[in-house]
Amino acid sequence: MQCSKCSGKAVIQLQHGSLCKIHFLNYFEEKVFKTIKKYKLIDRNDRICVAASGGKDSLTVLYLTKKYLEQYDLKTNLFALLIDEGIANYRKTTIKDLKTFCKEHKIKLVIASAKEEFGYTLDRAYPIINKETKKKPCNICGVWRRYLINKYARKNKATKLVTGHNLDDEAQAIIMNTFKANTSLSAHLGPVSGIEDHDLFVQRVKPLYFCAEKETRLYCLLKGFQVDFTECPYAQEGLRAKVRDMLNDFENQYKGTKQSIINSFLEVLPLIKEHQIKINSSPLNICKICQEPANQEICNTCKLKEVLKNGKKKRV
Amino acid sequence: MNILIKRETEQKQKNISFSKNTVKDLLEQLKINPETVILTRNNEVLTEDDVLNDKDSLEILNVVSGG
Ligand code: SF4
Ligand SMILES: [Zn+2]
Ligand SMILES: [Zn+2]
Repeated sequence: MQCSKCSGKAVIQLQHGSLCKIHFLNYFEEKVFKTIKKYKLIDRNDRICVAASGGKDSLTVLYLTKKYLEQYDLKTNLFALLIDEGIANYRKTTIKDLKTFCKEHKIKLVIASAKEEFGYTLDRAYPIINKETKKKPCNICGVWRRYLINKYARKNKATKLVTGHNLDDEAQAIIMNTFKANTSLSAHLGPVSGIEDHDLFVQRVKPLYFCAEKETRLYCLLKGFQVDFTECPYAQEGLRAKVRDMLNDFENQYKGTKQSIINSFLEVLPLIKEHQIKINSSPLNICKICQEPANQEICNTCKLKEVLKNGKKKRV
Repeated sequence: MNILIKRETEQKQKNISFSKNTVKDLLEQLKINPETVILTRNNEVLTEDDVLNDKDSLEILNVVSGG
């Protein structure tokens, strides 16, 4: 199959035509840069933290954020932030890959470790917490990660937090929230996350918002980025995996399904945000113990710390 | 015809017999959703309409990464 723009061999078939390697790379980068501009994801004076795991999305967004800054001659600061949750046989590989990548592209890398922050790796904390609360590793991991990312981004004076969320991630989240009637969670979605500004919260932005997962994977492949495929030993096929498979089935039969989900969502998103601000169902507090942002008086991370303390006492 | 395929997550190559023409046909036979993979032949990326030949050696890359 031939590229719609030249006589080159196509590497992907998109809705509006097929593209060769060169034209695909251009198309992909332009799409990301347009998203950044249209939604004002990056400002002239921003100091940017890219949340990175070493996976395909984070390498792509890290590389393209840097390219964007260089292209527009923005003298903005940029650094990558990796959270080491303490998962044996998993994080080590991705840390190594990310270190190599950052070195090669001259990007500063900050690593925040759960072990240092909480005194426990996820591997050690999980059995204790699970015994007390039945929480799964991914629940704990998610709470820790959100906490550490925000705290370390802020500590390093970031004004924006760039994440690698792509079109598939977002479409899945929209559908999951719809299935669970969780409108308040949906209010936090969009290319710029969150509903209201808060001093303690670094605003999260998603330059890959309109990039399908397959496009991102292809971009990495064609750019020769070393992507690691070690799976997290705790990864489970939950609701998200089911929704992902369902959306891929639909996409295969009805091209453009995921994009349409995003487009219709973006049309109503301002209304959802407005509504949430009005009913203010979960106002942002400051945790009494650690002074980090929280939904209640005490943040989820401090609650987990409590559980760990009690669990340990019982063991002695 | 015979086609050799190797999946990213597996070490071994598999030999399969295939009687149709294109990448799309092959994925249908293997019951793989084209949305979830990228196929390469000698490091060249294929699209669904590309025609396969006897003794082609293909690699199937996963689009979705876990964790
Ligand atoms: S699969 Fe679960 S435990 Fe593993 S990195 Fe992802 S959220 Fe954390
Ligand atoms: Zn071309
Ligand atoms: Zn707290």
